[in-house]
Amino acid sequence: MIDMKEIVKKYQMGSQTVYALNGVTMKISDGEFVAVVGPSGSGKSTLMNIIGCLDVADSGQYELNGKPIAKYSERQLARIRNENIGFIFQGFNLLPNINALENVELPLIYQNLNHSRRKKQALDALERVGLSDRIRHRPGELSGGQQQRVAVARAIAGKPSMILADEPTGNLDTKTGKEIIGLLRELHNQGNTIVLITHDSTIAAQAQRCVYIEDGYVKGGVRT
Amino acid sequence: MIIQSLRMAFKSILANKMRSLLTMLGVIIGIIAVTVLISIAQGTTSSVTSSIESLGTNLLTVNIRSFRNNSLTVNGLIEFAEKESESIGNVAPIVSQSVTSKAGDITYSEGTLEATVPGYEKIRNLSVEYGRFLTQPDLDNRSYVAVVGTDVADELFGTRNILGEKIRINGYEFSVVGVLAEKGTTVSGSSDNRIIIPFTLGQRLLFSTGIRTFYVSANSPDVVTTAQSVLEEYLNGIFSTSTEVSTSGEISNSAYTVFNQSDMLTTITDTTNTLTLMLGGIAGISLLVGGIGIMNIMLVSVSERTREIGIRKAIGAARGAILIQFLIEAIVVSGLGGIIGLLLSMGLIVILTQALSISLALSPAVAEFAIGFSLLIGIVFGMYPANKASKLTPIDALRYEG
Repeated sequence: MIDMKEIVKKYQMGSQTVYALNGVTMKISDGEFVAVVGPSGSGKSTLMNIIGCLDVADSGQYELNGKPIAKYSERQLARIRNENIGFIFQGFNLLPNINALENVELPLIYQNLNHSRRKKQALDALERVGLSDRIRHRPGELSGGQQQRVAVARAIAGKPSMILADEPTGNLDTKTGKEIIGLLRELHNQGNTIVLITHDSTIAAQAQRCVYIEDGYVKGGVRT
Repeated sequence: MIIQSLRMAFKSILANKMRSLLTMLGVIIGIIAVTVLISIAQGTTSSVTSSIESLGTNLLTVNIRSFRNNSLTVNGLIEFAEKESESIGNVAPIVSQSVTSKAGDITYSEGTLEATVPGYEKIRNLSVEYGRFLTQPDLDNRSYVAVVGTDVADELFGTRNILGEKIRINGYEFSVVGVLAEKGTTVSGSSDNRIIIPFTLGQRLLFSTGIRTFYVSANSPDVVTTAQSVLEEYLNGIFSTSTEVSTSGEISNSAYTVFNQSDMLTTITDTTNTLTLMLGGIAGISLLVGGIGIMNIMLVSVSERTREIGIRKAIGAARGAILIQFLIEAIVVSGLGGIIGLLLSMGLIVILTQALSISLALSPAVAEFAIGFSLLIGIVFGMYPANKASKLTPIDALRYEG
């Protein structure tokens, strides 16, 4: 559950102060599938960094599952990301030197799970994305769609409360893109909270609800 | 977590085999330099000290410099030795000179004539292989008898059991009554070229009067200092006119010098220890350079893998986890380099031992030090890059296009 109030994030560009987020207030409940939509430069990437606890707001309040994020140390934020958030990136962001299974195991290593439990959870996640037959392949040996599925498996392996997908179809062709969105819908139907960040309104239309961002403000929300 | 980091470290080392090998090479060469040089230094030290010890560490050599008041006699010395038998074992005056000896038509010019008394063989650790050593009657009768070293026997007769054979020196004929056992070549040259004759006869032959040089053996290395002070007291009594008392109250006597073999041993040991340390230090510099190589490559590795660091941080790696990962990688590289270097230097030491025919051995202490030091280098030079990696923020690292 995400609860944001008057979130402001500003950057210093030379002598100018740029407000990437200028007082964003929004709520996302558990089990929702929300798309955050906006053109490039609208501040949606900054918003995703803050939702994902990769960055901290300059002012305003952000509570994730009832916990005020601003108060946490770097170490605690790493732990919150590890346990509560599953990331899916536009560029897949898999480690190239290790195979699919090891990539999926990565967040579980940082959870200090023992070897057998880690392997079981990673295999389960890979089965859910339909890649059980590719676990020994390295990212370079997989197609773009398959790589993104591995990334989805990595995001869900640690059983997070929320999946945060940043332009997950941006590097994929339309057909594979649709498959990934289908996979996200499926995960949503299984009860996962999903936040999808995109500039593409047709993809956003697949979500339950859209939040429009422009110039650092929330311009409105639409239920689909 | 540590096991996982170790696995990751080996994976990334294997992913860049050539680079890892070149990085390790610095440590490998450093470790070889340190261990081989120290082994050579230690090997030389022990061979020098053992050859000095074989001369006897309980040996005192006295040289008389004063021509005046020299009332030393063979009997006087023997009486003194008997009186001070608590600390002093044997006393032997000696006159020596290089001589040319002949047997039949064969000439041997490398011999050293040593005129001395019975007991000399005990002082110099000589043993007789055939026949006997000098005896008191030989001395009293000024008998023309000689005890010779193996070189003399080999050169003049081509065989060693030459008892009863005659050799001629300066026109005098000596019959061989004993042949010494072979001693081999030491730092002080060959000691198998001796031709030992009675002291009394030697004085006459070499036109030498009085006693100019004599050896004293202490009963054991522990009482060498006692023996030396007893000896100096005795000599000060004889050369009382040359005694000077310095302002600090020390008695010095310019009439004689006493040379202590164990003092020399201490000096040599000190010198070689310093030499060992110096060699080790110089070799240590190459190890340091190897460490800087590791730091350099780790810094490259950190910037190459900025994105990986970003991914790891985004999915939940804390600073400590990243720090440990890169630190372990540096330690594995330098530790592996240390082990490989140690194995290579073991081989090199075996080869050098064969080639230089000196006994070299890699002492366990040096091996432990080498491994320990290479691990330490990994920690010291890995810390900075690892810390740099751990400080990257996940957003910046993810945005990095490498």
